[in-house]
Amino acid sequence: MRHIISLLMENEAGALSRVAGLFSARGYNIESLTVAPTEDETLSRMTIVTRGSDDVIEQITKQLNKLIDVVKVVDLSEAGHIERELMLVKVRAEDGLREEMKRMSDIFRGRIIDVTDKTYTIELTGAGYKLDAFLEALDKGAILETVRTGASGIGRGDRILKA
Amino acid sequence: MELTGAEIVVRCLAEEGVEFVFGYPGGAVLNIYDEIFKQDKFKHVLVRHEQAAAHAADGYARATGRTGVALVTSGPGATNAVTGIATAYMDSIPLVVISGQVPTPAIGMDAFQEVDMVGITRPCVKHNFLVKDVKDIAETIKKAFYIASTGRPGPVVVDIPKDVTQHKAEFSYPKSVKMRSYNPVTKGHPGQIKRAVQMLLEAKRPMLYTGGGAVLSNAAEELTQFARLLGFPVTSTLMGLGGYPASDPQFTGMLGMHGTYEANMAMQHCDVLVAIGARFDDRVIGNPEHFFQDGRRIIHIDIDPASIAKRVKVDVPIVGSVKEVLAEMVKLIKASKERPEPAALKTWWTQIELWRSRDCMKYDRDSSLIKPQYVIEKMHEITRGEAYVTSDVGQHQMWAAQYYKFDQPRHWINSGGLGTMGFGLPAAMGVQFAHPEAAVACITGEGSIQMNIQELATCKQFNLPLKIILLNNRYLGMVRQWQEFFYGNRYSESYMDALPDFVKLAESYGHVGMRIEQPGDVEGALKEAFAMKERLVFMNFITDQTENVYPMIPAGKGLNEMILV
Repeated sequence: MRHIISLLMENEAGALSRVAGLFSARGYNIESLTVAPTEDETLSRMTIVTRGSDDVIEQITKQLNKLIDVVKVVDLSEAGHIERELMLVKVRAEDGLREEMKRMSDIFRGRIIDVTDKTYTIELTGAGYKLDAFLEALDKGAILETVRTGASGIGRGDRILKA
Repeated sequence: MELTGAEIVVRCLAEEGVEFVFGYPGGAVLNIYDEIFKQDKFKHVLVRHEQAAAHAADGYARATGRTGVALVTSGPGATNAVTGIATAYMDSIPLVVISGQVPTPAIGMDAFQEVDMVGITRPCVKHNFLVKDVKDIAETIKKAFYIASTGRPGPVVVDIPKDVTQHKAEFSYPKSVKMRSYNPVTKGHPGQIKRAVQMLLEAKRPMLYTGGGAVLSNAAEELTQFARLLGFPVTSTLMGLGGYPASDPQFTGMLGMHGTYEANMAMQHCDVLVAIGARFDDRVIGNPEHFFQDGRRIIHIDIDPASIAKRVKVDVPIVGSVKEVLAEMVKLIKASKERPEPAALKTWWTQIELWRSRDCMKYDRDSSLIKPQYVIEKMHEITRGEAYVTSDVGQHQMWAAQYYKFDQPRHWINSGGLGTMGFGLPAAMGVQFAHPEAAVACITGEGSIQMNIQELATCKQFNLPLKIILLNNRYLGMVRQWQEFFYGNRYSESYMDALPDFVKLAESYGHVGMRIEQPGDVEGALKEAFAMKERLVFMNFITDQTENVYPMIPAGKGLNEMILV
């Protein structure tokens, strides 16, 4: 099962490597990992997308909690949550393709943020599957480059993760 | 008044009440060593290899329950200490290891004796710090001691660049420390404790399985009270020995790969199992699939939530210190009118006694060769079971665990988790420093002892009257045993050729050496050695080369699939 784990940790040097090291040392999967400071600059918030059985996910959350610098851990997928990922895609936009690319971008609510006479760079935000769907909808040959941030997540409603 | 970083380090250790620092000087820690020279609050013990500094601090910690302290220089000093740090980590031993680092501007420049100590030790410490500002030294060291000694204990590394030890700052040592990200739970959940007690009172075939956590949380008294109140059988892991008195009839011996028949069979066939500060290690329950062929309900008490439900599913998890949880349980049982059904318990004990009558620890007592088991039994007798015993790793370690009946906690000191050869001698030094009047023995093999033999010099320098019991079978015995059982007698690289003359070797370090070849000489030699209270005696027992450790559960098999003699 795919899980999205969110955690708050002390914003100190080496924080990221403690988490990454834990995942590699214990053989857990990381599908994506994003990290940045929060509005409280002493704290970093990390979102980790991982896969594993319920037992493995339980161990992952326990092991994360065990890290001395980790303040809080929550498995967002346990309840309602919102997940977003940002993707930038550079595509071919020559003669015949130009209109087609613009239309695809519009359908997926993307924005064209850079234009040359041969390419468009499209910015797209959404859940991971939506970004996947966009890439699948394009002709493979038209994609020049993609970059994705990995998912960020937040609980729905008044579910709040705070130190 | 402003102090240098080095002065601050030394003052912090004094404030923590540190008695001994085990270490080795070098470039990056010269400022700290200069301050050590000027003070008399704690004693510095110069070891002969940094691995031994960590092990000695570890031995001190295990024998006292206090935090052990080691001090090493940057680069090779730091990496040499890593095996000792990993050893302490696997057995949850509180250590603070201070390592020197190259000056801050040189970090990342591949400077002389530079190594990323924080990076290297990350997977084998409870936590680590790189101190980049002299103003942070005091608080960091306070945190290091706090983290190392609370919750599930473990080693903490504090890496200090040389320039930081030169810089100056105001010194004040924090009285206490609070961390929003680290608040270990010690009290168990009352609802869970109640459920557990109810389950215990209804048990028909109960079993208490105790581990290192019972020793670490100083719960021997509570554990004994708990077990006696219920009349339940007790087994212990290698790490838990001494947590419950081995001479007590309720004790069924150690369990696991080389555990007793009765303990392993009772584990397999019980209906309610209480794991007390133990973690269902692979050397303990073997293959979990086999373990679960027979159903049982499990209560698991551990201070580390991540140890619960890691290898086996449990019915009643209780996160808390073993000491506090057991005390709570004793209170509830005493208050309850219910008791486990006596008839069922009697039937269960009859079954256990039947297993016990199999006498799985028997060995050939009429042999013309010295049997290693006999040496340990005699040693137990001569020391009246009161010695502190350290060991290295291998066959001799298992025989020590099986035949020296530990009645007190913190007397059995060995590397259980990491299985570090070379641990025994330096650990024994730490124990002897902690208990200068006590008999301290190191049971070892000719393979293990050579991994840190240079420490005989440290023992001489500090007049440590250790008794080294070398069970010399001219083989890496445990390797040879596995090769005999599972590799068609192909003894690949397990014969120890070109051994030194251990008697001369001991003598050249200024100690007493003995060589014992006849079973009839064992007792006399041991008596003579333990009577020499001022001298280190190195006893080289030439033992039966082909002796194996029994019983044995082959790796991956179930608890009921033992190889017996």
